Amino acid sequence: MAELPILDIRGVGKIYELNGQKIEALRDANLVVRKGEFVCLIGASGCGKSTLLRIVAGFEVPTSGEALMWDKPVGGPAPDRGMVFQDYGLFPWLTVRQNIGFGPASRGLPRSEVRDTVERFVNMVGLTRFADAWPHQLSGGMKQRVAIARVLANDAEMVLMDEPFGALDAMTRERLQDELLDIWQRTRLTVLFVTHSIEEAIFLADRVVVMEPGPGRIASEHGIALPRPRDVASPEFNEVRRDLSARLHSHHARKAA
Amino acid sequence: MSVTTAAAAAEPANAARPASRWPARFKAFGLALIVPLALLAFWHVAVKAGMTRLIPSPAEVAEYMVDFAVGGIWDDAFSATLHIHLLASMSRVYGGFALAALVAVPLGILIGRNETVRAVLDPFLQLMRPVPVTAWLPLSMILFGLGARSAFFLVFLGAFYPILLNTVFGVRSVEKRLFEAASMLGCTGSAQFFRVVLPAALPSIFTGLRLGLGLAWFVIVVGEMTGVPQGLGAVIMDGRTLSRTELVICGMIVIGIAGYLSDRVVVTIMNRLLRWSPSHHG
Repeated sequence: MAELPILDIRGVGKIYELNGQKIEALRDANLVVRKGEFVCLIGASGCGKSTLLRIVAGFEVPTSGEALMWDKPVGGPAPDRGMVFQDYGLFPWLTVRQNIGFGPASRGLPRSEVRDTVERFVNMVGLTRFADAWPHQLSGGMKQRVAIARVLANDAEMVLMDEPFGALDAMTRERLQDELLDIWQRTRLTVLFVTHSIEEAIFLADRVVVMEPGPGRIASEHGIALPRPRDVASPEFNEVRRDLSARLHSHHARKAA
Repeated sequence: MSVTTAAAAAEPANAARPASRWPARFKAFGLALIVPLALLAFWHVAVKAGMTRLIPSPAEVAEYMVDFAVGGIWDDAFSATLHIHLLASMSRVYGGFALAALVAVPLGILIGRNETVRAVLDPFLQLMRPVPVTAWLPLSMILFGLGARSAFFLVFLGAFYPILLNTVFGVRSVEKRLFEAASMLGCTGSAQFFRVVLPAALPSIFTGLRLGLGLAWFVIVVGEMTGVPQGLGAVIMDGRTLSRTELVICGMIVIGIAGYLSDRVVVTIMNRLLRWSPSHHG
């Protein structure tokens, strides 16, 4: 029998009601993620990728189907599934250190343990010099490092990332992608990563899940076999990108037809 | 301190503080003096030119002020009584304000957080709000009698609404994202109140406290018209009855300065507690 997956999404659908009108955001999504995998969800806006991520996070309740983590239904937000938002969601009244310590302190860990954990993760994301700064004093890239660190400091087993680098400039984004891969490889994290950039998805993922709008659903899955570290300028990388691009556009073409 | 170095190094968000702040402060002080000095000069010239015989000159008011504060010049019923009146007014202002804060902040939090409490109280409070504090004067005299309790009540009423409304606003406008962030980090239910709602609402609560304290000083004159023997409002009323305009002006100046100083205290505490907020740097 196959190893138990960390995440098993079974026939998940979501229908919102807006002014008495029903909107189907997601239909019959099925996805299995194994521990340590890096999976990217990609698709045009309205394809339900964020909805799916928020259902896994426990922020939304599916209308049909269920999301299982270690075979148990997801019952709401919990520290084992840390979320990294595009708009950071840091607590503005807490310093970098206090933001990273928020989770451990909430769980009632002893003070000294919280302090040690915080120190470790402040250093891991390279913010030692800014440990006592407030979020409004940080650049976007630094804020996102804090957001990642606070999830890791809270022992998250799976990190859910909703277009986390979408608001950053290209150079910062590339650096954070590298750092994220570095952390992922060192910690055996499982990452579920939403993006609309084909390049980002291929650069990061073991597997890319392509989603389609109207109603939002999973269209296809693609394993990325390129060896790491990946070079976005290599011919092999470009080939994969061309492939995936064609796939995405054929979905769109079909829909338009 | 590492915080300031971080602030200076951290890109554009926060402009570095200038190394020498004294010239800038001196300039600000000088600029702030222009209008009061011009007004004083106009007042002086107007009185000297005989435009009015009912208003004393600035120099005369200054002399009365010294007598009012320490005595030794006129030695009348008001000489060296400033501290008595000031203390009487301050006790009512701060007492009424403290009581208003003690009631309005928790009530505001309740209204902001609880649908039922909001449904019960909000319509009533909104209905009462347009009634000016001064309109309460006759009723408050009937309810609390002539004297300090009536003044206390009016100050309470004046400070109550700004504190309440700003607290409700602060509690209701906490970003949804912060609740999501807290709950995925393991902070759920009532724990979110102290770790998310209260800190997030603090800037608004302080805005309310500041407005409330300002209004408390505003209302005190009306409150002390109700036959109290002591207090700056009483001094102004007595000055009016006795046609002693210099006394009226002295009372006005003391209220102005006391109100200003107490606002500075609140602002200092606020800036200290809200150092994290980009809009509270000074």
